[in-house]
Amino acid sequence: MGLSVKHLLGIKELNVQDIEQIFKTADNFKQVLQRPIKKVPTLRDTTVANVFFENSTRTRLSFELAEKRLGADVVNFSASGSSVSKGETLIDTVNNILAMKVDMVVMRHSASGAPWFLANHIDASIINAGDGTNEHPTQALLDAYSMREKLGDLRGKRVAILGDIMHSRVALSNIYCLNKLGAEVVVSGPPTLIPKHIESLGVKVEYNVKKALEWCDVANVLRIQLERQHKPLFSTLREYAMYYGVNKQMLDSIEKDIVIMHPGPINRGVEINSDVADSKQSIILGQVENGVAIRMAVIYLLSGKREAESQL
Amino acid sequence: MKTLLNSNLMNITLQRLAHQLVENHMPFTDTAIIGIQPRGIYLSNRIASLVKKISGNNNIDYGLLDITFYRDDVHSADIHVPSDTNMPFSIEGKNVVLIDDVLYTGRTIRSAMDALIDFGRPKRVELLTLIDRRFSRELPIQPDYNGYSVDTILTQKVKVYWQETDGKDEVVLLDKVAP
Repeated sequence: MGLSVKHLLGIKELNVQDIEQIFKTADNFKQVLQRPIKKVPTLRDTTVANVFFENSTRTRLSFELAEKRLGADVVNFSASGSSVSKGETLIDTVNNILAMKVDMVVMRHSASGAPWFLANHIDASIINAGDGTNEHPTQALLDAYSMREKLGDLRGKRVAILGDIMHSRVALSNIYCLNKLGAEVVVSGPPTLIPKHIESLGVKVEYNVKKALEWCDVANVLRIQLERQHKPLFSTLREYAMYYGVNKQMLDSIEKDIVIMHPGPINRGVEINSDVADSKQSIILGQVENGVAIRMAVIYLLSGKREAESQL
Repeated sequence: MKTLLNSNLMNITLQRLAHQLVENHMPFTDTAIIGIQPRGIYLSNRIASLVKKISGNNNIDYGLLDITFYRDDVHSADIHVPSDTNMPFSIEGKNVVLIDDVLYTGRTIRSAMDALIDFGRPKRVELLTLIDRRFSRELPIQPDYNGYSVDTILTQKVKVYWQETDGKDEVVLLDKVAP
Protein backbone atom coordinates (compact mmCIF):
# COMPACT_ATOMS: atom_id res chain seq x y z
CA MET A 1 0.00 0.00 0.00
CA GLY A 2 0.98 3.65 0.08
CA LEU A 3 0.02 6.60 -2.07
CA SER A 4 0.08 6.53 -5.88
CA VAL A 5 2.37 9.59 -5.85
CA LYS A 6 5.88 10.25 -4.57
CA HIS A 7 5.22 13.91 -3.75
CA LEU A 8 2.12 15.73 -2.57
CA LEU A 9 2.13 18.58 -5.07
CA GLY A 10 -1.57 19.07 -5.63
CA ILE A 11 -4.91 17.40 -5.06
CA LYS A 12 -5.24 17.26 -8.85
CA GLU A 13 -2.71 14.39 -9.00
CA LEU A 14 -4.35 12.31 -6.24
CA ASN A 15 -6.97 9.64 -6.80
CA VAL A 16 -9.89 8.84 -4.51
CA GLN A 17 -8.06 5.86 -2.95
CA ASP A 18 -5.17 8.16 -2.00
CA ILE A 19 -7.54 10.60 -0.30
CA GLU A 20 -9.37 7.80 1.53
CA GLN A 21 -6.06 6.33 2.68
CA ILE A 22 -4.89 9.70 4.00
CA PHE A 23 -8.18 10.08 5.92
CA LYS A 24 -7.97 6.56 7.34
CA THR A 25 -4.40 7.10 8.49
CA ALA A 26 -5.32 10.52 9.92
CA ASP A 27 -7.99 8.80 12.05
CA ASN A 28 -5.23 6.74 13.66
CA PHE A 29 -2.98 9.75 14.19
CA LYS A 30 -5.89 11.64 15.73
CA GLN A 31 -6.08 8.83 18.29
CA VAL A 32 -2.37 9.23 18.98
CA LEU A 33 -2.86 13.00 19.52
CA GLN A 34 -5.43 12.31 22.23
CA ARG A 35 -3.07 10.14 24.30
CA PRO A 36 -1.01 11.41 27.24
CA ILE A 37 2.11 10.80 25.11
CA LYS A 38 1.20 12.50 21.83
CA LYS A 39 4.15 11.15 19.96
CA VAL A 40 5.24 8.06 18.05
CA PRO A 41 8.78 7.10 17.01
CA THR A 42 7.86 6.19 13.41
CA LEU A 43 10.17 8.62 11.60
CA ARG A 44 12.99 8.89 14.12
CA ASP A 45 15.48 8.37 11.26
CA THR A 46 13.96 11.06 9.00
CA THR A 47 14.79 14.75 8.69
CA VAL A 48 12.26 17.17 7.24
CA ALA A 49 12.97 20.73 6.08
CA ASN A 50 10.17 23.27 6.21
CA VAL A 51 11.08 25.76 3.51
CA PHE A 52 8.81 28.81 3.59
CA PHE A 53 9.25 31.57 1.02
CA GLU A 54 5.98 33.14 2.15
CA ASN A 55 4.51 34.03 5.54
CA SER A 56 2.60 31.43 7.50
CA THR A 57 1.43 30.79 11.06
CA ARG A 58 -0.90 27.81 11.08
CA THR A 59 0.51 25.77 8.23
CA ARG A 60 4.09 26.01 9.41
CA LEU A 61 3.33 25.31 13.05
CA SER A 62 1.03 22.50 12.04
CA PHE A 63 3.65 20.87 9.81
CA GLU A 64 6.33 21.29 12.46
CA LEU A 65 4.15 19.71 15.14
CA ALA A 66 3.17 16.88 12.80
CA GLU A 67 6.83 16.17 12.03
CA LYS A 68 7.88 16.29 15.69
CA ARG A 69 5.02 14.04 16.76
CA LEU A 70 6.16 11.50 14.19
CA GLY A 71 9.59 11.58 15.81
CA ALA A 72 11.31 13.27 12.83
CA ASP A 73 14.06 15.87 13.08
CA VAL A 74 12.98 19.26 11.79
CA VAL A 75 14.80 22.22 10.28
CA ASN A 76 13.02 25.44 9.47
CA PHE A 77 13.87 27.91 6.77
CA SER A 78 12.15 31.16 5.98
CA ALA A 79 13.08 33.37 3.06
CA SER A 80 13.23 36.54 5.09
CA GLY A 81 16.64 36.71 6.69
CA SER A 82 18.10 34.04 4.38
CA SER A 83 20.53 34.15 1.47
CA VAL A 84 17.59 34.34 -0.94
CA SER A 85 17.89 38.12 -0.61
CA LYS A 86 21.51 37.79 -1.79
CA GLY A 87 20.29 36.28 -5.06
CA GLU A 88 20.46 32.50 -4.47
CA THR A 89 18.16 30.52 -6.79
CA LEU A 90 15.42 28.16 -5.58
CA ILE A 91 17.23 25.02 -6.74
CA ASP A 92 20.51 26.12 -5.17
CA THR A 93 18.78 26.89 -1.89
CA VAL A 94 17.02 23.55 -1.76
CA ASN A 95 20.03 21.54 -2.94
CA ASN A 96 22.10 23.10 -0.18
CA ILE A 97 19.49 22.08 2.35
CA LEU A 98 19.40 18.54 0.91
CA ALA A 99 23.20 18.32 1.04
CA MET A 100 22.78 18.37 4.79
CA LYS A 101 21.02 14.98 4.49
CA VAL A 102 17.39 16.06 4.56
CA ASP A 103 14.85 13.43 3.44
CA MET A 104 11.74 15.48 2.79
CA VAL A 105 10.93 19.07 1.90
CA VAL A 106 7.77 20.95 2.85
CA MET A 107 7.63 24.08 0.72
CA ARG A 108 5.51 27.20 0.48
CA HIS A 109 6.27 29.57 -2.38
CA SER A 110 4.62 32.63 -3.87
CA ALA A 111 5.11 31.37 -7.43
CA SER A 112 2.43 28.99 -8.71
CA GLY A 113 4.03 25.72 -9.83
CA ALA A 114 7.23 26.09 -7.79
CA PRO A 115 6.88 22.64 -6.14
CA TRP A 116 6.42 20.93 -9.55
CA PHE A 117 9.55 22.65 -10.81
CA LEU A 118 11.44 21.49 -7.74
CA ALA A 119 10.13 17.92 -8.03
CA ASN A 120 11.71 17.70 -11.50
CA HIS A 121 15.13 18.62 -10.16
CA ILE A 122 15.58 16.94 -6.79
CA ASP A 123 15.18 13.41 -5.41
CA ALA A 124 13.60 14.09 -2.02
CA SER A 125 9.84 13.92 -1.53
CA ILE A 126 8.14 17.30 -1.67
CA ILE A 127 4.98 18.41 0.09
CA ASN A 128 3.36 21.54 -1.25
CA ALA A 129 2.36 23.83 1.61
CA GLY A 130 0.84 26.36 -0.80
CA ASP A 131 2.13 27.67 -4.12
CA GLY A 132 0.98 31.11 -5.28
CA THR A 133 -2.64 31.07 -6.39
CA ASN A 134 -2.53 27.42 -7.43
CA GLU A 135 -2.88 24.70 -4.78
CA HIS A 136 -2.74 24.13 -1.02
CA PRO A 137 -3.35 20.38 -0.85
CA THR A 138 -3.04 19.72 2.90
CA GLN A 139 -5.55 22.51 3.62
CA ALA A 140 -8.07 20.95 1.22
CA LEU A 141 -7.52 17.53 2.79
CA LEU A 142 -8.05 18.81 6.31
CA ASP A 143 -11.10 20.81 5.17
CA ALA A 144 -12.69 17.75 3.57
CA TYR A 145 -11.72 15.60 6.58
CA SER A 146 -13.34 18.11 8.96
CA MET A 147 -16.49 18.26 6.80
CA ARG A 148 -16.68 14.49 6.77
CA GLU A 149 -16.27 14.34 10.53
CA LYS A 150 -19.25 16.68 10.87
CA LEU A 151 -21.51 15.44 8.04
CA GLY A 152 -20.45 11.88 7.21
CA ASP A 153 -19.85 10.79 3.62
CA LEU A 154 -19.50 13.85 1.39
CA ARG A 155 -21.19 12.28 -1.64
CA GLY A 156 -24.07 14.59 -2.60
CA LYS A 157 -23.29 17.13 0.15
CA ARG A 158 -23.42 20.80 -0.82
CA VAL A 159 -20.41 23.00 -0.20
CA ALA A 160 -20.29 26.76 -0.88
CA ILE A 161 -16.88 28.39 -1.19
CA LEU A 162 -17.22 32.13 -0.57
CA GLY A 163 -14.92 35.05 -1.22
CA ASP A 164 -11.74 35.63 -3.16
CA ILE A 165 -11.87 32.57 -5.43
CA MET A 166 -9.56 34.18 -7.98
CA HIS A 167 -6.50 34.43 -5.70
CA SER A 168 -7.16 31.51 -3.40
CA ARG A 169 -5.14 28.30 -3.61
CA VAL A 170 -7.41 26.91 -0.91
CA ALA A 171 -10.38 27.33 -3.26
CA LEU A 172 -8.76 25.43 -6.13
CA SER A 173 -7.53 22.55 -3.96
CA ASN A 174 -10.92 22.37 -2.25
CA ILE A 175 -12.71 22.20 -5.59
CA TYR A 176 -10.51 19.31 -6.80
CA CYS A 177 -10.82 17.47 -3.50
CA LEU A 178 -14.58 17.89 -3.06
CA ASN A 179 -15.24 16.92 -6.68
CA LYS A 180 -13.26 13.72 -6.20
CA LEU A 181 -15.22 12.91 -3.06
CA GLY A 182 -18.54 13.45 -4.83
CA ALA A 183 -19.69 16.69 -3.19
CA GLU A 184 -21.46 19.48 -5.08
CA VAL A 185 -19.63 22.81 -5.07
CA VAL A 186 -20.82 26.36 -5.57
CA VAL A 187 -18.44 29.32 -5.58
CA SER A 188 -19.71 32.73 -4.59
CA GLY A 189 -18.35 36.24 -4.35
CA PRO A 190 -18.07 39.43 -6.37
CA PRO A 191 -17.78 38.79 -10.14
CA THR A 192 -14.34 40.43 -10.19
CA LEU A 193 -13.02 37.79 -7.75
CA ILE A 194 -14.42 34.75 -9.58
CA PRO A 195 -12.28 33.54 -12.50
CA LYS A 196 -13.90 33.24 -15.93
CA HIS A 197 -14.73 29.68 -17.06
CA ILE A 198 -14.51 28.30 -13.51
CA GLU A 199 -17.57 26.19 -14.41
CA SER A 200 -15.21 23.99 -16.44
CA LEU A 201 -13.88 22.65 -13.11
CA GLY A 202 -17.31 21.25 -12.36
CA VAL A 203 -18.60 23.96 -10.02
CA LYS A 204 -21.54 26.35 -10.23
CA VAL A 205 -21.34 30.10 -9.72
CA GLU A 206 -23.76 32.06 -7.53
CA TYR A 207 -23.03 35.77 -7.17
CA ASN A 208 -25.55 36.22 -4.36
CA VAL A 209 -23.91 35.08 -1.12
CA LYS A 210 -27.23 34.76 0.70
CA LYS A 211 -28.58 32.39 -1.97
CA ALA A 212 -25.38 30.34 -1.81
CA LEU A 213 -25.74 30.04 1.97
CA GLU A 214 -29.37 28.97 1.64
CA TRP A 215 -28.35 26.24 -0.79
CA CYS A 216 -25.37 24.75 1.06
CA ASP A 217 -24.67 22.36 3.97
CA VAL A 218 -21.20 23.81 4.55
CA ALA A 219 -19.84 27.27 3.83
CA ASN A 220 -16.08 27.61 3.52
CA VAL A 221 -15.38 31.34 3.85
CA LEU A 222 -12.09 32.53 2.35
CA ARG A 223 -9.93 35.52 3.13
CA ILE A 224 -9.64 38.49 0.78
CA GLN A 225 -6.05 38.18 -0.41
CA LEU A 226 -5.15 41.86 -0.69
CA GLU A 227 -1.46 40.97 -1.05
CA ARG A 228 -2.17 39.22 -4.36
CA GLN A 229 -4.57 41.82 -5.80
CA HIS A 230 -2.47 44.13 -7.91
CA LYS A 231 -5.39 46.21 -9.18
CA PRO A 232 -8.62 47.33 -7.48
CA LEU A 233 -11.22 44.56 -7.74
CA PHE A 234 -13.84 46.01 -5.40
CA SER A 235 -14.29 49.52 -4.05
CA THR A 236 -13.75 49.24 -0.29
CA LEU A 237 -13.47 46.54 2.36
CA ARG A 238 -16.50 48.06 4.04
CA GLU A 239 -18.57 47.63 0.91
CA TYR A 240 -17.29 44.07 0.50
CA ALA A 241 -18.27 43.28 4.10
CA MET A 242 -21.76 44.70 3.51
CA TYR A 243 -22.53 42.72 0.36
CA TYR A 244 -20.38 39.59 0.62
CA GLY A 245 -19.44 39.22 4.29
CA VAL A 246 -21.11 36.51 6.37
CA ASN A 247 -22.83 37.75 9.53
CA LYS A 248 -25.11 36.33 12.20
CA GLN A 249 -28.18 38.11 10.91
CA MET A 250 -27.75 36.45 7.54
CA LEU A 251 -27.25 33.00 9.11
CA ASP A 252 -30.29 33.43 11.36
CA SER A 253 -32.48 34.19 8.35
CA ILE A 254 -31.64 30.75 6.91
CA GLU A 255 -33.82 27.91 8.15
CA LYS A 256 -31.15 25.23 8.56
CA ASP A 257 -27.91 25.21 10.58
CA ILE A 258 -25.06 25.25 8.11
CA VAL A 259 -21.46 24.48 9.08
CA ILE A 260 -19.08 27.45 8.89
CA MET A 261 -15.42 26.95 8.00
CA HIS A 262 -12.49 29.28 7.38
CA PRO A 263 -8.91 28.28 6.56
CA GLY A 264 -7.45 31.28 8.43
CA PRO A 265 -6.12 33.84 8.90
CA ILE A 266 -9.47 35.53 9.52
CA ASN A 267 -10.07 39.18 8.71
CA ARG A 268 -12.79 39.70 11.28
CA GLY A 269 -15.49 42.06 10.10
CA VAL A 270 -14.54 41.67 6.44
CA GLU A 271 -15.39 38.24 4.99
CA ILE A 272 -16.77 36.94 8.26
CA ASN A 273 -18.10 38.60 11.42
CA SER A 274 -16.96 37.61 14.90
CA ASP A 275 -20.50 36.57 15.84
CA VAL A 276 -20.25 33.91 13.10
CA ALA A 277 -16.59 32.94 13.46
CA ASP A 278 -17.04 32.27 17.19
CA SER A 279 -20.52 30.72 16.94
CA LYS A 280 -21.47 27.10 17.60
CA GLN A 281 -21.85 26.53 13.87
CA SER A 282 -18.19 27.34 13.30
CA ILE A 283 -15.65 24.47 13.19
CA ILE A 284 -12.70 26.75 12.48
CA LEU A 285 -10.61 25.56 15.45
CA GLY A 286 -11.57 21.95 14.72
CA GLN A 287 -10.01 22.43 11.28
CA VAL A 288 -6.76 23.53 12.91
CA GLU A 289 -6.80 20.51 15.23
CA ASN A 290 -7.37 18.10 12.34
CA GLY A 291 -4.58 19.79 10.39
CA VAL A 292 -1.89 18.14 12.51
CA ALA A 293 -3.37 14.64 12.08
CA ILE A 294 -3.79 15.10 8.32
CA ARG A 295 -0.22 16.32 7.92
CA MET A 296 1.11 13.43 10.01
CA ALA A 297 -0.76 11.06 7.70
CA VAL A 298 0.63 12.68 4.54
CA ILE A 299 4.21 12.73 5.82
CA TYR A 300 3.96 9.12 7.03
CA LEU A 301 2.46 7.82 3.78
CA LEU A 302 5.10 9.61 1.66
CA SER A 303 8.03 8.34 3.71
CA GLY A 304 7.97 4.79 2.43
CA LYS A 305 10.70 2.79 0.80
CA ARG A 306 14.03 4.48 0.21
CA GLU A 307 15.85 3.52 -2.96
CA ALA A 308 19.17 2.50 -1.40
CA GLU A 309 17.61 0.54 1.43
CA SER A 310 15.02 -1.25 -0.67
CA GLN A 311 17.71 -3.54 -2.05
CA LEU A 312 18.23 -5.20 1.34
CA MET B 1 2.21 -27.55 2.11
CA LYS B 2 1.88 -29.25 5.47
CA THR B 3 -0.94 -28.89 7.98
CA LEU B 4 0.42 -28.10 11.43
CA LEU B 5 -2.90 -27.79 13.26
CA ASN B 6 -6.31 -28.78 11.99
CA SER B 7 -9.54 -27.37 13.36
CA ASN B 8 -9.80 -30.03 16.08
CA LEU B 9 -6.23 -29.69 17.33
CA MET B 10 -6.47 -25.91 17.16
CA ASN B 11 -9.52 -25.98 19.42
CA ILE B 12 -7.71 -28.16 21.98
CA THR B 13 -4.67 -25.86 21.86
CA LEU B 14 -6.78 -22.71 22.38
CA GLN B 15 -8.51 -24.37 25.34
CA ARG B 16 -5.13 -25.23 26.86
CA LEU B 17 -3.76 -21.71 26.41
CA ALA B 18 -6.90 -20.21 27.96
CA HIS B 19 -6.70 -22.58 30.92
CA GLN B 20 -3.03 -21.70 31.46
CA LEU B 21 -3.94 -18.01 31.57
CA VAL B 22 -6.73 -18.68 34.06
CA GLU B 23 -4.36 -20.77 36.20
CA ASN B 24 -1.85 -17.91 36.43
CA HIS B 25 -4.07 -14.84 36.46
CA MET B 26 -7.26 -15.69 38.33
CA PRO B 27 -9.28 -13.61 39.28
CA PHE B 28 -8.09 -11.23 36.51
CA THR B 29 -8.52 -8.08 38.60
CA ASP B 30 -5.00 -6.84 37.80
CA THR B 31 -4.64 -8.40 34.36
CA ALA B 32 -5.22 -6.96 30.91
CA ILE B 33 -5.30 -9.04 27.73
CA ILE B 34 -4.10 -7.19 24.62
CA GLY B 35 -4.22 -8.49 21.04
CA ILE B 36 -1.80 -7.18 18.44
CA GLN B 37 -3.34 -5.75 15.24
CA PRO B 38 -4.06 -6.81 12.60
CA ARG B 39 -3.67 -10.62 12.58
CA GLY B 40 -3.24 -11.25 16.31
CA ILE B 41 -6.74 -10.14 17.19
CA TYR B 42 -8.47 -13.29 15.91
CA LEU B 43 -6.44 -15.33 18.40
CA SER B 44 -6.90 -12.76 21.18
CA ASN B 45 -10.67 -12.57 20.56
CA ARG B 46 -10.90 -16.35 20.98
CA ILE B 47 -8.63 -16.48 24.01
CA ALA B 48 -10.42 -13.56 25.69
CA SER B 49 -13.85 -15.13 25.27
CA LEU B 50 -12.59 -18.55 26.42
CA VAL B 51 -10.95 -17.00 29.48
CA LYS B 52 -14.17 -15.15 30.32
CA LYS B 53 -16.13 -18.39 30.02
CA ILE B 54 -13.70 -20.49 32.07
CA SER B 55 -13.13 -17.91 34.80
CA GLY B 56 -16.75 -16.74 34.95
CA ASN B 57 -15.47 -13.15 35.02
CA ASN B 58 -16.99 -11.08 32.22
CA ASN B 59 -15.25 -7.84 33.14
CA ILE B 60 -11.72 -8.73 32.10
CA ASP B 61 -9.82 -5.79 30.55
CA TYR B 62 -9.37 -6.68 26.89
CA GLY B 63 -7.89 -4.33 24.29
CA LEU B 64 -6.36 -4.15 20.82
CA LEU B 65 -3.00 -2.58 20.06
CA ASP B 66 -1.77 -1.32 16.69
CA ILE B 67 2.01 -1.25 16.34
CA THR B 68 2.35 0.27 12.85
CA PHE B 69 3.88 3.54 14.05
CA TYR B 70 6.44 1.67 16.17
CA ARG B 71 7.85 -0.59 13.43
CA ASP B 72 11.57 -0.43 12.68
CA ASP B 73 11.22 -1.06 8.94
CA VAL B 74 9.35 2.04 7.72
CA HIS B 75 11.89 2.67 4.98
CA SER B 76 12.69 -0.91 3.96
CA ALA B 77 9.20 -2.35 3.59
CA ASP B 78 6.11 -1.11 1.83
CA ILE B 79 4.12 1.40 3.87
CA HIS B 80 1.82 -0.38 6.30
CA VAL B 81 -1.71 0.87 6.73
CA PRO B 82 -2.48 1.30 10.42
CA SER B 83 -5.37 -0.39 12.24
CA ASP B 84 -7.22 0.89 15.30
CA THR B 85 -5.84 0.83 18.81
CA ASN B 86 -8.59 0.31 21.34
CA MET B 87 -7.60 0.07 25.00
CA PRO B 88 -10.43 1.53 27.10
CA PHE B 89 -8.56 0.99 30.40
CA SER B 90 -5.30 1.93 32.09
CA ILE B 91 -2.41 -0.53 31.95
CA GLU B 92 -0.56 1.26 34.77
CA GLY B 93 0.59 -1.37 37.28
CA LYS B 94 -1.27 -4.19 35.51
CA ASN B 95 -0.13 -7.61 34.39
CA VAL B 96 -0.39 -7.42 30.62
CA VAL B 97 -0.68 -10.49 28.38
CA LEU B 98 0.27 -9.62 24.77
CA ILE B 99 -1.22 -11.94 22.16
CA ASP B 100 -0.07 -12.54 18.58
CA ASP B 101 -0.63 -15.48 16.25
CA VAL B 102 2.90 -16.28 15.00
CA LEU B 103 6.19 -15.47 16.74
CA TYR B 104 8.99 -15.29 14.16
CA THR B 105 11.80 -12.70 14.31
CA GLY B 106 10.45 -11.07 17.48
CA ARG B 107 10.44 -7.61 15.91
CA THR B 108 6.67 -7.21 16.09
CA ILE B 109 6.75 -7.95 19.81
CA ARG B 110 9.59 -5.46 20.29
CA SER B 111 7.42 -2.81 18.59
CA ALA B 112 4.43 -3.86 20.67
CA MET B 113 6.35 -3.40 23.92
CA ASP B 114 7.41 0.09 22.83
CA ALA B 115 3.83 0.95 21.88
CA LEU B 116 2.51 -0.46 25.15
CA ILE B 117 4.85 1.59 27.31
CA ASP B 118 3.55 4.80 25.69
CA PHE B 119 0.26 4.05 27.46
CA GLY B 120 1.71 3.55 30.94
CA ARG B 121 4.00 1.34 33.01
CA PRO B 122 2.68 -2.20 33.30
CA LYS B 123 3.81 -4.25 36.29
CA ARG B 124 4.70 -7.18 34.09
CA VAL B 125 4.30 -8.14 30.44
CA GLU B 126 3.80 -11.70 29.19
CA LEU B 127 3.55 -13.08 25.68
CA LEU B 128 1.08 -15.65 24.36
CA THR B 129 1.43 -17.04 20.84
CA LEU B 130 -0.24 -19.77 18.83
CA ILE B 131 2.80 -20.71 16.75
CA ASP B 132 6.46 -20.29 17.69
CA ARG B 133 8.86 -20.49 14.73
CA ARG B 134 11.85 -21.60 16.74
CA PHE B 135 15.48 -20.73 15.91
CA SER B 136 14.50 -17.78 13.71
CA ARG B 137 14.58 -15.06 16.35
CA GLU B 138 16.46 -11.81 15.69
CA LEU B 139 15.81 -10.46 19.19
CA PRO B 140 15.91 -12.07 22.65
CA ILE B 141 12.15 -12.60 22.97
CA GLN B 142 10.41 -15.86 23.98
CA PRO B 143 6.74 -16.70 24.58
CA ASP B 144 5.39 -17.39 28.07
CA TYR B 145 2.50 -19.41 26.65
CA ASN B 146 2.76 -21.14 23.29
CA GLY B 147 0.42 -23.34 21.29
CA TYR B 148 2.72 -25.16 18.89
CA SER B 149 6.44 -24.93 18.09
CA VAL B 150 7.77 -25.52 14.61
CA ASP B 151 11.26 -25.47 13.10
CA THR B 152 11.28 -23.55 9.86
CA ILE B 153 13.68 -22.08 7.35
CA LEU B 154 13.65 -18.60 5.81
CA THR B 155 11.86 -19.56 2.58
CA GLN B 156 8.94 -21.14 4.42
CA LYS B 157 5.89 -19.33 5.67
CA VAL B 158 3.43 -20.17 8.43
CA LYS B 159 -0.15 -19.23 7.58
CA VAL B 160 -2.91 -19.17 10.19
CA TYR B 161 -6.51 -19.32 8.93
CA TRP B 162 -9.42 -18.25 11.12
CA GLN B 163 -13.08 -19.15 10.77
CA GLU B 164 -14.07 -15.49 11.30
CA THR B 165 -12.17 -14.13 8.32
CA ASP B 166 -10.88 -17.06 6.22
CA GLY B 167 -13.77 -19.51 6.61
CA LYS B 168 -11.74 -22.25 8.35
CA ASP B 169 -9.55 -22.90 11.40
CA GLU B 170 -6.19 -24.24 10.25
CA VAL B 171 -2.46 -23.62 10.50
CA VAL B 172 -0.30 -24.61 7.53
CA LEU B 173 3.38 -24.51 6.66
CA LEU B 174 3.99 -23.29 3.09
CA ASP B 175 7.23 -24.14 1.26
CA LYS B 176 9.25 -22.04 -1.15
CA VAL B 177 7.53 -18.71 -0.75
CA ALA B 178 9.23 -16.19 -3.01
CA PRO B 179 11.51 -14.08 -0.77
